[in-house]
Amino acid sequence: MSRDEISARVIAVIAKTQHLDPASIQPESTFEGLGLDSLDGINIAFGLESEFDVNIPDDALPKLRSVADITDGIARLLEAKEASA
Amino acid sequence: MKRRVVVTGLGTVGSLGLDTASFWDALAAGRPGIRPIETVDRSILRFANGAEAAGFQASSYFEAKEADLLDRFAQFAIVAAAEALRDAGMEPADIAGPRTAVVLGTSIGGQQTVDDGFVELYRKNNPRGNPLTIARTMPNAAASMITMRHGITGPAWTVATACSSSNHALGQAFWAVRDGLADRALSGGSEAPFNPGFLKAWEAMRVIAPDTCRPFSLDRKGIILGEGAGILVLETLDAARARGARIYAEIAGFGMSSDAHHITQPSADGAAAAIRMALDDASLPPEAIGYINAHGTGTAANDVTETRSLKQVFGTHASRLAVSSTKSMHGHALGAAGALEAVATSLALYHGLLPPTANYSSPDPECDLDVLPNAARHAKVDAALSNSFAFGGLNAVLAFRSPDAL
Repeated sequence: MSRDEISARVIAVIAKTQHLDPASIQPESTFEGLGLDSLDGINIAFGLESEFDVNIPDDALPKLRSVADITDGIARLLEAKEASA
Repeated sequence: MKRRVVVTGLGTVGSLGLDTASFWDALAAGRPGIRPIETVDRSILRFANGAEAAGFQASSYFEAKEADLLDRFAQFAIVAAAEALRDAGMEPADIAGPRTAVVLGTSIGGQQTVDDGFVELYRKNNPRGNPLTIARTMPNAAASMITMRHGITGPAWTVATACSSSNHALGQAFWAVRDGLADRALSGGSEAPFNPGFLKAWEAMRVIAPDTCRPFSLDRKGIILGEGAGILVLETLDAARARGARIYAEIAGFGMSSDAHHITQPSADGAAAAIRMALDDASLPPEAIGYINAHGTGTAANDVTETRSLKQVFGTHASRLAVSSTKSMHGHALGAAGALEAVATSLALYHGLLPPTANYSSPDPECDLDVLPNAARHAKVDAALSNSFAFGGLNAVLAFRSPDAL
């Protein structure tokens, strides 16, 4: 999966779980800029796990503060999943 | 003139043992009751450990027909209440009637019964609900059952403020006795959170530690859920003296506040407001406090915020306070937490021994208080606080005075 494709799907998950217009979220958007807090982050992670069929470890959550952070993290989880498949 | 209120009986059920003597032995030794979860299938969970009341069997305490009516949270409360009354040396005639109050806290009441019912309905496609579900589930079931068993006809109610529930309950019971609504009270709380549905909900919140609970430690990773009950007998100082009762501690003040901030993130200002109110209510200057039984959940957010709130209220005296989180041993028993911690605080004052923060491994510069790492400390302190801060920003703080100060 290309980075752009992951990023687009991450944006779709954030939009859906946070009731935001997808057009208002860019690949460079941050949680702070979008007005999202740590509880929103937990909810977004829950949506991402279903979307990408991955497990996001608890201790990774505080580090996920932007679309770019999440895209990088999901890319790594997908690579690890492929490698172990 | 306000009446003075003292603690004369203690009852405890939890992961440190099924009575108060075992509870105190473990706290004094710094020995946690955190173990692999036994009562729920761990294979469905992302975390493995909890602080369960190991060995607690309803059949040891109740006839089969009685047990049918009781969710585990009510069983815990009834067993702890019976111990507290025995410990207080109260005969049935001493507590029956309209001058005794029962005020209990619980976060979720009979959740296990709800979960069992959902398994029948949704997984087993059994369309017939258990007729005892409502009676077992209602959060006031524990308080109601205690009134019936002991013939208590005075005011009785249940408080649900998540992790502050039993501190709110104890504070209201204290005020009720102080102000003459009742002459004595059975108060505290109970919780039985170990059922699959509720554990999955906690898992999704991502605040459960994968190993153990390490409050105020740099490498803390969250809470460990606990279960059990703590029940305290409160009565007026005059009544306790008249009958020659053993007095563990005086409850001297109670404070509560709401953060009006965030549904899960704590606020130092809100916590500080409740602490100040408890000190004012007790007419205690901040410098009189020697020990604080902290809320100390072991989450990144709570322990830093609680440290800030203590510095806000106590200023330079904060560095002279002994502060510990006994959740490191009995786990976070949610609506029973404040009650277990009130038992711990009363016994700390009575014995002159401050229980430690167990599982502590390395200092966090943002939690730079004297947190009694891993070993209890002999110290006679004049007064102590016990903090509870709930999700939803509802804070409840109890102030205690040493029995030596009476």
